[in-house]
Amino acid sequence: MFAIAMAVSLVFLSVSILVGLYRIIIGPSMPDRVIALDAIGINLIAMVAVLSVTFRTSAYLEIILLMGIIAFIGTVAFSKYIERGIIIESRRGD
Amino acid sequence: MKTNNLLLQSVTQVVTFLIFAFSIYLFFAGHNNPGGGFIGGLMTASALLLLYLAFDIQSIKKALAFNYVNIIAIGLIISLATGMVSMFLGGPFLNQYDQYVHVPLFGEVHLTTAVPFDLGIYLVVVAIALVIILAIGEDA
Repeated sequence: MFAIAMAVSLVFLSVSILVGLYRIIIGPSMPDRVIALDAIGINLIAMVAVLSVTFRTSAYLEIILLMGIIAFIGTVAFSKYIERGIIIESRRGD
Repeated sequence: MKTNNLLLQSVTQVVTFLIFAFSIYLFFAGHNNPGGGFIGGLMTASALLLLYLAFDIQSIKKALAFNYVNIIAIGLIISLATGMVSMFLGGPFLNQYDQYVHVPLFGEVHLTTAVPFDLGIYLVVVAIALVIILAIGEDA
Protein backbone atom coordinates (compact mmCIF):
# COMPACT_ATOMS: atom_id res chain seq x y z
CA MET A 1 0.00 0.00 0.00
CA PHE A 2 2.76 2.40 1.02
CA ALA A 3 4.90 1.44 -1.99
CA ILE A 4 1.89 1.96 -4.28
CA ALA A 5 1.34 5.47 -2.90
CA MET A 6 5.02 6.32 -3.43
CA ALA A 7 4.93 4.95 -6.98
CA VAL A 8 1.76 6.89 -7.81
CA SER A 9 3.27 10.12 -6.51
CA LEU A 10 6.44 9.48 -8.54
CA VAL A 11 4.31 9.00 -11.66
CA PHE A 12 2.45 12.26 -11.01
CA LEU A 13 5.73 14.11 -10.45
CA SER A 14 7.06 12.67 -13.71
CA VAL A 15 3.97 13.90 -15.55
CA SER A 16 4.50 17.32 -13.99
CA ILE A 17 8.12 17.36 -15.18
CA LEU A 18 6.98 16.37 -18.68
CA VAL A 19 4.54 19.30 -18.70
CA GLY A 20 7.41 21.59 -17.70
CA LEU A 21 9.53 20.10 -20.47
CA TYR A 22 6.77 20.87 -22.96
CA ARG A 23 6.82 24.50 -21.77
CA ILE A 24 10.62 24.62 -22.14
CA ILE A 25 10.45 23.37 -25.74
CA ILE A 26 7.36 25.31 -26.87
CA GLY A 27 7.62 28.36 -24.58
CA PRO A 28 7.36 31.44 -26.76
CA SER A 29 9.58 33.68 -24.62
CA MET A 30 12.72 33.21 -22.58
CA PRO A 31 11.13 33.92 -19.13
CA ASP A 32 8.65 31.08 -19.78
CA ARG A 33 11.55 28.68 -20.17
CA VAL A 34 13.31 29.97 -17.03
CA ILE A 35 10.19 29.55 -14.91
CA ALA A 36 9.61 26.10 -16.37
CA LEU A 37 13.19 25.14 -15.46
CA ASP A 38 12.62 26.39 -11.92
CA ALA A 39 9.42 24.36 -11.65
CA ILE A 40 11.24 21.26 -12.94
CA GLY A 41 13.89 21.80 -10.27
CA ILE A 42 11.24 21.93 -7.55
CA ASN A 43 9.65 18.75 -8.92
CA LEU A 44 13.05 17.03 -8.88
CA ILE A 45 13.43 18.02 -5.22
CA ALA A 46 10.04 16.43 -4.53
CA MET A 47 11.09 13.28 -6.39
CA VAL A 48 14.27 13.02 -4.31
CA ALA A 49 12.17 13.37 -1.16
CA VAL A 50 9.78 10.62 -2.29
CA LEU A 51 12.71 8.38 -3.26
CA SER A 52 14.36 8.86 0.12
CA VAL A 53 11.11 7.81 1.77
CA THR A 54 10.91 4.81 -0.56
CA PHE A 55 14.46 3.67 0.13
CA ARG A 56 14.03 4.37 3.87
CA THR A 57 17.24 6.40 4.11
CA SER A 58 18.06 9.90 5.33
CA ALA A 59 21.19 10.12 3.17
CA TYR A 60 19.41 12.14 0.49
CA LEU A 61 18.13 14.94 2.75
CA GLU A 62 21.22 17.10 2.09
CA ILE A 63 20.57 16.78 -1.64
CA ILE A 64 17.10 18.31 -1.20
CA LEU A 65 18.51 21.46 0.40
CA LEU A 66 21.36 21.57 -2.09
CA MET A 67 19.08 21.35 -5.12
CA GLY A 68 16.89 24.10 -3.67
CA ILE A 69 19.91 26.40 -3.31
CA ILE A 70 21.22 25.58 -6.79
CA ALA A 71 17.80 26.09 -8.40
CA PHE A 72 17.44 29.47 -6.66
CA ILE A 73 20.88 30.71 -7.70
CA GLY A 74 20.41 29.47 -11.27
CA THR A 75 17.04 31.18 -11.59
CA VAL A 76 18.43 34.44 -10.17
CA ALA A 77 21.34 34.33 -12.61
CA PHE A 78 19.08 33.62 -15.59
CA SER A 79 16.60 36.35 -14.67
CA LYS A 80 19.38 38.86 -14.12
CA TYR A 81 20.80 38.00 -17.54
CA ILE A 82 17.39 38.44 -19.17
CA GLU A 83 16.75 41.76 -17.44
CA ARG A 84 20.20 43.40 -17.67
CA GLY A 85 22.17 41.40 -20.24
CA ILE A 86 24.93 41.12 -17.60
CA ILE A 87 25.06 38.68 -14.71
CA ILE A 88 27.77 40.09 -12.42
CA GLU A 89 28.07 43.86 -12.40
CA SER A 90 31.50 45.32 -11.85
CA ARG A 91 30.26 48.59 -10.37
CA ARG A 92 27.04 49.52 -8.62
CA GLY A 93 24.52 51.64 -10.47
CA ASP A 94 25.33 50.91 -14.10
CA MET B 1 15.74 52.89 -16.93
CA LYS B 2 16.78 52.91 -13.30
CA THR B 3 16.55 49.38 -11.95
CA ASN B 4 16.12 48.40 -8.35
CA ASN B 5 17.50 45.26 -6.74
CA LEU B 6 15.96 45.73 -3.31
CA LEU B 7 14.06 42.44 -3.23
CA LEU B 8 17.05 40.39 -4.37
CA GLN B 9 19.42 42.17 -2.01
CA SER B 10 17.13 41.74 1.01
CA VAL B 11 16.68 38.03 0.29
CA THR B 12 20.41 37.62 -0.25
CA GLN B 13 21.27 39.13 3.13
CA VAL B 14 19.31 36.33 4.83
CA VAL B 15 19.87 33.40 2.47
CA THR B 16 23.65 33.82 2.27
CA PHE B 17 24.04 33.02 5.96
CA LEU B 18 21.82 29.95 5.60
CA ILE B 19 23.95 28.68 2.72
CA PHE B 20 27.13 29.38 4.72
CA ALA B 21 25.77 27.42 7.66
CA PHE B 22 24.75 24.57 5.36
CA SER B 23 28.21 24.49 3.78
CA ILE B 24 29.93 24.38 7.16
CA TYR B 25 27.56 21.58 8.20
CA LEU B 26 28.40 19.65 5.00
CA PHE B 27 32.13 20.16 5.62
CA PHE B 28 32.03 18.72 9.14
CA ALA B 29 29.49 15.99 8.30
CA GLY B 30 31.81 14.52 5.69
CA HIS B 31 33.34 11.85 7.92
CA ASN B 32 30.19 9.90 8.77
CA ASN B 33 27.52 11.27 6.43
CA PRO B 34 27.28 12.54 2.84
CA GLY B 35 29.29 15.72 2.51
CA GLY B 36 32.93 16.69 2.75
CA GLY B 37 35.35 19.33 1.59
CA PHE B 38 34.38 19.35 -2.06
CA ILE B 39 30.64 19.88 -1.79
CA GLY B 40 31.07 22.16 1.23
CA GLY B 41 33.47 24.31 -0.77
CA LEU B 42 31.06 24.43 -3.70
CA MET B 43 28.25 25.55 -1.37
CA THR B 44 30.43 28.31 0.09
CA ALA B 45 31.34 29.36 -3.42
CA SER B 46 27.65 29.49 -4.33
CA ALA B 47 26.91 31.63 -1.25
CA LEU B 48 29.61 34.08 -2.34
CA LEU B 49 28.31 33.87 -5.91
CA LEU B 50 24.88 34.88 -4.65
CA LEU B 51 26.51 37.92 -3.01
CA TYR B 52 28.20 38.77 -6.31
CA LEU B 53 24.86 38.38 -8.13
CA ALA B 54 22.93 40.61 -5.76
CA PHE B 55 25.58 43.29 -5.28
CA ASP B 56 28.58 44.05 -7.46
CA ILE B 57 32.22 43.06 -7.69
CA GLN B 58 33.62 46.27 -6.18
CA SER B 59 31.43 46.21 -3.07
CA ILE B 60 32.13 42.56 -2.37
CA LYS B 61 35.85 43.14 -2.93
CA LYS B 62 35.69 45.84 -0.28
CA ALA B 63 33.71 43.62 2.12
CA LEU B 64 35.72 40.41 1.57
CA ALA B 65 39.29 41.51 0.93
CA PHE B 66 40.60 38.06 -0.03
CA ASN B 67 42.92 37.33 -2.88
CA TYR B 68 41.49 34.03 -4.09
CA VAL B 69 44.69 33.01 -5.87
CA ASN B 70 46.53 33.13 -2.54
CA ILE B 71 43.76 31.05 -0.96
CA ILE B 72 44.39 28.29 -3.54
CA ALA B 73 48.06 28.25 -2.45
CA ILE B 74 47.15 28.25 1.25
CA GLY B 75 44.76 25.31 0.75
CA LEU B 76 47.37 23.29 -1.14
CA ILE B 77 49.97 24.02 1.56
CA ILE B 78 47.57 22.90 4.31
CA SER B 79 46.76 19.64 2.52
CA LEU B 80 50.40 18.86 1.71
CA ALA B 81 51.56 19.76 5.23
CA THR B 82 48.93 17.42 6.70
CA GLY B 83 50.27 14.66 4.50
CA MET B 84 53.89 15.38 5.40
CA VAL B 85 53.38 15.46 9.17
CA SER B 86 53.13 11.67 9.16
CA MET B 87 56.50 11.46 7.35
CA PHE B 88 58.19 13.26 10.25
CA LEU B 89 56.45 10.92 12.70
CA GLY B 90 57.89 7.86 10.97
CA GLY B 91 54.88 6.82 8.90
CA PRO B 92 54.35 6.91 5.14
CA PHE B 93 53.17 10.02 3.29
CA LEU B 94 49.45 10.83 3.84
CA ASN B 95 49.21 8.45 6.78
CA GLN B 96 46.33 9.57 9.00
CA TYR B 97 45.93 9.57 12.75
CA ASP B 98 42.79 9.73 14.83
CA GLN B 99 42.15 10.04 18.52
CA TYR B 100 39.21 10.31 20.90
CA VAL B 101 39.69 13.52 22.89
CA HIS B 102 37.59 14.85 25.73
CA VAL B 103 36.69 18.46 24.93
CA PRO B 104 34.99 20.39 27.78
CA LEU B 105 31.93 21.68 25.93
CA PHE B 106 31.34 18.89 23.40
CA GLY B 107 32.27 15.82 25.41
CA GLU B 108 33.97 12.93 23.62
CA VAL B 109 35.15 14.11 20.18
CA HIS B 110 36.74 11.97 17.48
CA LEU B 111 39.60 14.12 16.14
CA THR B 112 41.26 13.03 12.90
CA THR B 113 43.97 14.48 10.71
CA ALA B 114 41.61 14.01 7.76
CA VAL B 115 39.89 17.26 8.78
CA PRO B 116 42.83 19.62 8.02
CA PHE B 117 43.36 17.74 4.74
CA ASP B 118 39.69 18.35 3.94
CA LEU B 119 40.09 21.98 4.97
CA GLY B 120 42.77 22.37 2.30
CA ILE B 121 40.45 20.82 -0.30
CA TYR B 122 37.66 23.15 0.87
CA LEU B 123 39.81 26.28 0.46
CA VAL B 124 41.07 25.19 -2.97
CA VAL B 125 37.55 24.42 -4.24
CA VAL B 126 36.10 27.73 -2.98
CA ALA B 127 38.95 29.77 -4.41
CA ILE B 128 39.11 28.00 -7.79
CA ALA B 129 35.35 28.30 -8.35
CA LEU B 130 35.40 32.01 -7.53
CA VAL B 131 38.56 32.67 -9.58
CA ILE B 132 36.93 31.04 -12.62
CA ILE B 133 33.62 32.88 -12.15
CA LEU B 134 35.22 36.28 -11.56
CA ALA B 135 37.70 35.87 -14.42
CA ILE B 136 34.77 35.25 -16.77
CA GLY B 137 32.39 37.75 -15.20
CA GLU B 138 34.74 40.71 -14.83
CA ASP B 139 34.57 42.89 -17.91
CA ALA B 140 37.65 44.76 -18.96
